[in-house]
Amino acid sequence: MRHYFTRKLFTYLLTFFVAATIDWLIPRLAPGDPVAILVTKTSGITPAAAAALYDYYNKLFGLNQPLPMQYLNFWNELLHGNLGLSIYGNGQPVMDMIMGAVPYTLALLVPAILLSWWAGNSFGALAARRKWLDNSVLPVGYILTATPYMWLALVLSFVLSFSFRIFPLSGGYGFNLEPTLSWLFFTDLVAHWVLPFLSLFLVMFGGWAIGMRNMIIYELESDYSRYLGALGAPQSLIRKYAFRNAMLPQITGLALQLGVIVAGALVTEIVFAYPGIGHLVFAAIQNEDYFLLQGIFLFIIIGVLVANFIVDIVYVLVDPRTRVAMRGGTE
Amino acid sequence: MQRGTRVLGLIAAVSIVASACGSTATPSAAAPTNSGTQPTAVTSTAPVATPAPSGLPLTDTTQYPRAQTLYTSGKQWGAPPTWNPFDPNMAMGVVGLQYETLFLYDPIKDVYTPWLASGGSWDSAKTTYTINVRQGVKWSDGTALTAADVAFSLNIYSNAALGSTFFTFVDKVVADGNNVVVTFKGTPAYQEFMSALYNDPIVPAAVWQQYAASPDILKFLNQSGVGSGPYAYKTAAQDRMVWVKNPNWWATSALGLSVAPTYIVDIVNSSNNVALGELLSGGLDLDNNYLPGIAQIVNGGYNVTTYYAGAPYMLSGNTAWLIPNTKKKPLDDPAFRRALAEAINPQNVVVKDYGNIVAAADPTGLLPVWSKYIDTAQTKTLGATFNTAKAISDLAAAGYKKGSDGFVTNKDGSAIKLNLEVPDGWSDWMEAETLIAADAKAAGININPTHPAYATVVDDRNGTATAAPTFDLVINNDVQIGNTPWTYYDYIFRQPEIAQGAARNRNYEQYDNKDAWTLVQKLDQTPTDDLADMKTIASALQKIQLTDEPVIPLWYNGEWSQVNNSVWTNWPSDKGNQVQPATWNGYWQMGAIYMLTNLKAVAPAS
Repeated sequence: MRHYFTRKLFTYLLTFFVAATIDWLIPRLAPGDPVAILVTKTSGITPAAAAALYDYYNKLFGLNQPLPMQYLNFWNELLHGNLGLSIYGNGQPVMDMIMGAVPYTLALLVPAILLSWWAGNSFGALAARRKWLDNSVLPVGYILTATPYMWLALVLSFVLSFSFRIFPLSGGYGFNLEPTLSWLFFTDLVAHWVLPFLSLFLVMFGGWAIGMRNMIIYELESDYSRYLGALGAPQSLIRKYAFRNAMLPQITGLALQLGVIVAGALVTEIVFAYPGIGHLVFAAIQNEDYFLLQGIFLFIIIGVLVANFIVDIVYVLVDPRTRVAMRGGTE
Repeated sequence: MQRGTRVLGLIAAVSIVASACGSTATPSAAAPTNSGTQPTAVTSTAPVATPAPSGLPLTDTTQYPRAQTLYTSGKQWGAPPTWNPFDPNMAMGVVGLQYETLFLYDPIKDVYTPWLASGGSWDSAKTTYTINVRQGVKWSDGTALTAADVAFSLNIYSNAALGSTFFTFVDKVVADGNNVVVTFKGTPAYQEFMSALYNDPIVPAAVWQQYAASPDILKFLNQSGVGSGPYAYKTAAQDRMVWVKNPNWWATSALGLSVAPTYIVDIVNSSNNVALGELLSGGLDLDNNYLPGIAQIVNGGYNVTTYYAGAPYMLSGNTAWLIPNTKKKPLDDPAFRRALAEAINPQNVVVKDYGNIVAAADPTGLLPVWSKYIDTAQTKTLGATFNTAKAISDLAAAGYKKGSDGFVTNKDGSAIKLNLEVPDGWSDWMEAETLIAADAKAAGININPTHPAYATVVDDRNGTATAAPTFDLVINNDVQIGNTPWTYYDYIFRQPEIAQGAARNRNYEQYDNKDAWTLVQKLDQTPTDDLADMKTIASALQKIQLTDEPVIPLWYNGEWSQVNNSVWTNWPSDKGNQVQPATWNGYWQMGAIYMLTNLKAVAPAS
């Protein structure tokens, strides 16, 4: 057991090192000069001012140093818990920007993923056994999953916000409010949260439901189910075993989704102008903000690694086969 | 399970509240006024933030009543990054709402209005300028704005970190009683100097003393700083900048002016669907973004209006040119460039691409605010008129023969294929480039419309420190309206002091004409009230522009501005308040501040 986790941990550390290096390298290989973009934004200043500004930013971001030096600086800063300064943010610390956006993204995605996972799986398992559900509601799931997400989000926003004015159109909280610990602010926050959440929930729900339904049908048709049936086991017991087996890939899927959660929901956050990480990713790419981009991707790398690690542990708990294999392998 | 996820959702929601409160805690109305003692020394590598008082704002000023709040958008493409009025990337309104200038300039009437100055005058030889500093103006911390503050603010421009040209022609700026006297080195650059008078912010010496000579002056973020203007910093977040009215604004007693909105919330630009939705539903009062199809919306019963009720709907804000790389064949040949200009029909772009919300440019490209400098007789004989037949015959006469594919070839017989680059996602320009390519094709010029990422366009256009620019053709629109056509010609013809490579910010076409540059400098050194001389020089510059076409003027981009009349009315329009309707840098002091004093609330403030 200990050997198993030590080996895993080493793999994870190595993966992190390689991934972080690639993460540092990729934005710098892209064509374009982010500081030139920043200076170009300020049209109308004198040539001397543009040159002064260009120098100032290059020094501020450390981009005036040779690439190997920049790479060493990156690790040095990273080991001190420092992600550098954002180019898009005109020199704001990347960590602050990410920390300001993470709560929105988590509040949006954690409930959307968990609720859709739970509801989709329950519904899918049910649909596999009820013909009428399979024929009526499941097609809706197919449609939801096949719908271009952008379009669905725009329709929701148009109908519920613009036409009927039930929910606000954009933003994380009202533009007329400042954050306070008050009931008013809290309800406003929730009102802004509902539509982005709903759009994500609907699309994810369809996906999980379809997956689970197919998996259950597959398991019910498999040899062990038929054998159990032939032995005279009650239907509920067979279903219980089928459900357990069908859950395994769904758990992996859930973990992977939770792993990339810090990437945010880019399209959702753009359509509803929701101030989460997705918004930052978009801005970082547009502005070639090396530091912001690599900072966010570091979080994603860590997220994926942690999620994988947790899956490894959860599998040991839920899948007896892994336990057996582990014992066979280590003892 | 169900209960579990519910609890999780609740925890997440609470965590946002907590974090939102924590990260944007800002000075409340009750917080002590910021003074010059707060900022720490500028030695760290990170920008210095003025420490914000901790704790939550507990008063009810955390909610802005709709009837007293103006919602704007269009200036900010990212979170408000700095409130330093010397940083060109400053948040919306830092210069204009919080910091003010000595004069305002009205581009429509071509008039300078004394603002923080009560007046200003040249001596008889026009070699010394005396600024009379307005008396009775108070900073937001209650201290008086003095001539010393004004002299100090102008002297800040000697700081090399700001890269200002001010002290290339100014010798000394000295406070003298209630006046400030400016002396010059040789002939004053009148045009640039007058531009500085209405663009350079006046800041309190007490606060800025420690930064004046610092190479890190731009690192001072100056959040909730001390200004003289009608608004003060309220709060800022990733997606907004909020200003609150300064109740003691000097202009109320001195000029009888009062800004109508108590709060101004400037929303960071979001996607088109959000901006349009917010504008139509009244969530946004003023939008300074390009919104396609605004002509239909103005006539669609949404209570949305623009400066003009009909085409072109908007004032003209800047000129969009086709910029050729004059260092590359065949674009190095003025005859080829003239034929190209002759082949393109800007009216096509105006109608098919923009639906008439922009106007075709004059062949000189000079903006309507500078129309009095246009030599119309000369333009009539020399200007391009969109004549495909003439373009074809001119190309043939210049020695460009048609190849088998119907496109003209270089004089050595090699094929011509010009890549026209506009940034990906700039939908209006992407449409424009296909129309331009089609026009050029009709005349036998092969233009290949492309749309790489913005960063690539900048790279190709600017070149690098070691490599020359690689582009063939780009579209640019960098010169905004202002007090002098000098800025326009300086952009096109400037010769020295242009940074090579990434920081290049004018003469992208790399046009090399010493005579033109001499004329531009002469124009700079012509007094702004000497209209006859300005016209003569401008005419000579136009002649060079029309015969050489170093840049090819296409259309006037609009001063995009669409307003919703449901909460605020009496907006700028050609019928009534003829003032600038934009929140962009530089527009407040070009009279947009009057937009705020003219606004009327529809519902009485509750």
